[in-house]
Amino acid sequence: MTNSWTDIRNTDLVVIMGGNAAEAHPCGFKWVTEAKANRGAKLIVIDPRYNRSASVADYYAPIRQGSDIAFLMGLINWCIQNDKVQWDYTKAFTNASFVVKEGFAYQDGLFTGYDEEKRDYNRDSWDYEIGPDGYAVVDETLQHPRCVWNLLKQHVAVYTPEMVERICGTPKDKFLHIAQMIGECSSPTKTMTSMYALGWTQHSKGSQNIRGMAMLQLILGNIGVRGGGMNALRGHSNIQGLTDIGLMSNLLPGYLNIATDKEVDFATYMSTRGFKPLRPNQMSYWQNYKKFFVSFMKSMYGSAATVENDWAYDYLPKLDVAGYDVLRIFEMMKQGKVNIYFCQGFNPLQAFPNKGKLAEALAKLKLLVIMDPLQTETARFWEDHGIYNKADPASIKTEVIQLPSTCFAEDEGSLVNSGRWLQWHWPGGSPPGEAKHDTWIMAQIHLRLKELYAKEGGAFPDPIVNLNWAYKDPGEPTPEELAREMNGSALVDVFDPNDPSKKILEAGKQLSGFGLYRDDGTTAGGCWIYSGCWTEAGNMMARRDNSDPDETGAYLKWSFAWPANRRILYNRASCDLDGKPWDPSRKLIEWDGAKWSGYDVPDIAPTAKPREVGPFIMNPEGSSRLFVRKMMRDGPFPVHYEPFESPVANAIAPKVRGNPVARVFADDWKQFADIGDPNFPYAGTSYRLTEHFHYWTKNNHVNSVLQPQQFVEISEELAKEKGIVKGGWVRVWSKRGEILAIAVVTKRIKPLKVDGKTVHVVGVPIHWGFVGAARKGFPANVLTPFVGDANIETPEFKAFMVNIEPSTGPVA
Amino acid sequence: MNMELSRRAFLRTSGAGLAGTTLGAFGFGEAEAAVAAHVKPFHLANTVEARNTCTYCSVACGIIIFAKGDLRKGEKADIVHIEGDADHPTNRGTLCPKGAALLNIVKSETRLTQPMVRKPGSDKFEPISWDAALDKIARAMKDDRDANFIAKNKDGVTVNRWLTTGFLAASATTNETAFATYKVVRSTGMVAFDNQARV
Repeated sequence: MTNSWTDIRNTDLVVIMGGNAAEAHPCGFKWVTEAKANRGAKLIVIDPRYNRSASVADYYAPIRQGSDIAFLMGLINWCIQNDKVQWDYTKAFTNASFVVKEGFAYQDGLFTGYDEEKRDYNRDSWDYEIGPDGYAVVDETLQHPRCVWNLLKQHVAVYTPEMVERICGTPKDKFLHIAQMIGECSSPTKTMTSMYALGWTQHSKGSQNIRGMAMLQLILGNIGVRGGGMNALRGHSNIQGLTDIGLMSNLLPGYLNIATDKEVDFATYMSTRGFKPLRPNQMSYWQNYKKFFVSFMKSMYGSAATVENDWAYDYLPKLDVAGYDVLRIFEMMKQGKVNIYFCQGFNPLQAFPNKGKLAEALAKLKLLVIMDPLQTETARFWEDHGIYNKADPASIKTEVIQLPSTCFAEDEGSLVNSGRWLQWHWPGGSPPGEAKHDTWIMAQIHLRLKELYAKEGGAFPDPIVNLNWAYKDPGEPTPEELAREMNGSALVDVFDPNDPSKKILEAGKQLSGFGLYRDDGTTAGGCWIYSGCWTEAGNMMARRDNSDPDETGAYLKWSFAWPANRRILYNRASCDLDGKPWDPSRKLIEWDGAKWSGYDVPDIAPTAKPREVGPFIMNPEGSSRLFVRKMMRDGPFPVHYEPFESPVANAIAPKVRGNPVARVFADDWKQFADIGDPNFPYAGTSYRLTEHFHYWTKNNHVNSVLQPQQFVEISEELAKEKGIVKGGWVRVWSKRGEILAIAVVTKRIKPLKVDGKTVHVVGVPIHWGFVGAARKGFPANVLTPFVGDANIETPEFKAFMVNIEPSTGPVA
Repeated sequence: MNMELSRRAFLRTSGAGLAGTTLGAFGFGEAEAAVAAHVKPFHLANTVEARNTCTYCSVACGIIIFAKGDLRKGEKADIVHIEGDADHPTNRGTLCPKGAALLNIVKSETRLTQPMVRKPGSDKFEPISWDAALDKIARAMKDDRDANFIAKNKDGVTVNRWLTTGFLAASATTNETAFATYKVVRSTGMVAFDNQARV
């Protein structure tokens, strides 16, 4: 989230699209209710189902899953055509005025540089024109035909209300009603918030769904303000934290990157990370990259990371592909190229697409290690559960070691909520039986490996034997030790270069923030964005003062928010060009002629003068990006692409199948239904229920009683057409597998008219499996296709094609 | 108002609803009152409280865990009750149908309580000691890493990666667990590293 849950109270309009907060985030959704009751805020819900968020909305419109970009580009087009643009904000705070290089073009669904064979672009032309002064060329009058604004205008022109209806199945009058409501928020004193979740991410163009809304929010002037923002509701309790700390193939903590094979040495790696400002005076904060990197390496490798060995640059692995994400790894596993796999609190057999393929892959492993508080299907993939999990244990040679770990109630530490608050918690109970903390398990594995390498030698032992592991009890580092390490500390006394008598850092002391990180090896810090979380003043994450001066919703003294305890990102943009709040009733910070201050920690240097320094300090432009240059694989502007399985061809680019640069493995192509395939005529989508959380709560008696039985949800029209009765059994199948479930026949789903064709939606809740207290069932991922988003490989769970028929149900 | 300081005293003395207070005026009043009404004084007299966070979604509702026994005194603590934390700015004591049943997941019959191994071709899990399990894992990692570690790519560039072993990390663990996990996994050169943010 750019903002926070408690900030939603400040909004005038909530748009829930790509999520269902009332059911999936019920206690956060209460802030929507608060805004409605206390401010008269309105709620719009756009979703294939009339869900419980929709049931309390002021306006609801249906949309076909997988068509969000057409809707969002339609909104941008409508706002431009109807002059619903916050002009001062758009001109000054976005890259609307930047001139794009000659040679850049878009036609028939593709940008310049497409290579069909590689399914990739040469992105060289997707950038700004650079002037003789070394800065990007801008035209503040927005007259230049190649300025971003004119390219955007041209790009979205095809998404007329009629085209939106044709692609999305949303009736034109409903689309226009929503456009008008949203258009009102172009006023500097009206704000809209976007609440989204997996309904946007789980598509082969998920990242561009989110960009589409971010662009709309920017031209409406709604980023950086109270009650505005792009608010990812997020999933697990610490999914934000695990991402921040970089537990992904290509990341280092704090959104630094693992090197690629092309970055042969540290100098080459740093050469593309200069982040030279693209406009005069801009902060371009990533210029500090080296400080964050070197401090991280000192945290990882202590005295083994030296200036002479480039801070142990070669201790880190390099990547020859964009990333070894889960889909790639399961593909490799299926090919017999993976031997050992660890699942720490993760149940991939349920959580990833095409269960049949996953089970086949797991059976090729030599060793599968499970660390979990609960039994999982993955741990028992080899066990025969009849139709729910057909397996022949004797033929599966994978050894499985299952280690019992503690759960939240038995451990201590911090979790990061959607609003980036790091909240500390304390253990309430003793672990059951022999269950152990994950920190203990990881330490034990490390110490054993280290011992084996010390004793036997072997392949490049250096990064293992030199790993900085200076904990009081090396067998179990404490949460305090680890948190302090992430915050960062001074390794030696550091003196002011201009005044050597002045000590600026004292050896062994905690740093008060990442502004003190250094690139000369004198500071260590594991995750720069968390710096400030555990300072000499103590554990800032454990703070529990819930005061909120003037009821702004900021709660600055509650826990700690990254970065720098800032609650609303880009908050400089809440003020006009001269530093006065756009909306005085929603003041956040303000320029007093000498400095910035206010209710939140300013997201700008405290003395940076307005009109000189732009509000988007992480970007070398100083402004936000409507045109994202080369930074996304599938284009600098979002384009509507159909899901890989779709009832219709792409109306704006009939020759383009799916996202043209999404990675698809050869065998998986064969398991996609053709476009408009009569064998799979219905548009399937997956979703969550209020009573369940993923595949955990089926282990829980209470939740299993509340929702014991797997079901699928279909319209009355489809039920009638197929002879399906309410409460009767149905068989649902895709090109990858089949499930049996009870039919819930409902008015919540209606057939859509898409490009002249009737499209029926089949809703598939995800929560069932063959382990736990609930009745046995099938994961929705028996049905879903094995393809991910072109930029980050989140699987396309939300849009796939199925067939359905009445069934007699499972044989007991 | 610092509710942490006032709450215990408030509940001890009155146990009444909060509808008339400032908090009530925020609109969460009824929920607040409901929490206060069902929190019986015996909770505070006979149990030890711990502030915690709901383990499910990222709304991250504040919760209070009540246990028999005090971990801080080195005692065994048996959790007997979990409820919403009325002082928490986000949820103000309220919980959803998942959060309200948290006690049940802590006490689930399918909680794992001892290390187990399923041998190749076997149709069952069998107990194994922690030491034996960890030794086996470390040995397997060492052997696989030594056999398959890629020190240089075909162009002679040092790449130091290990592709034949992968690790999925848990997004319901703490930052501190995540960082310890990060260090251990990365130090081996593993690049098949992921967490639930992917899905």
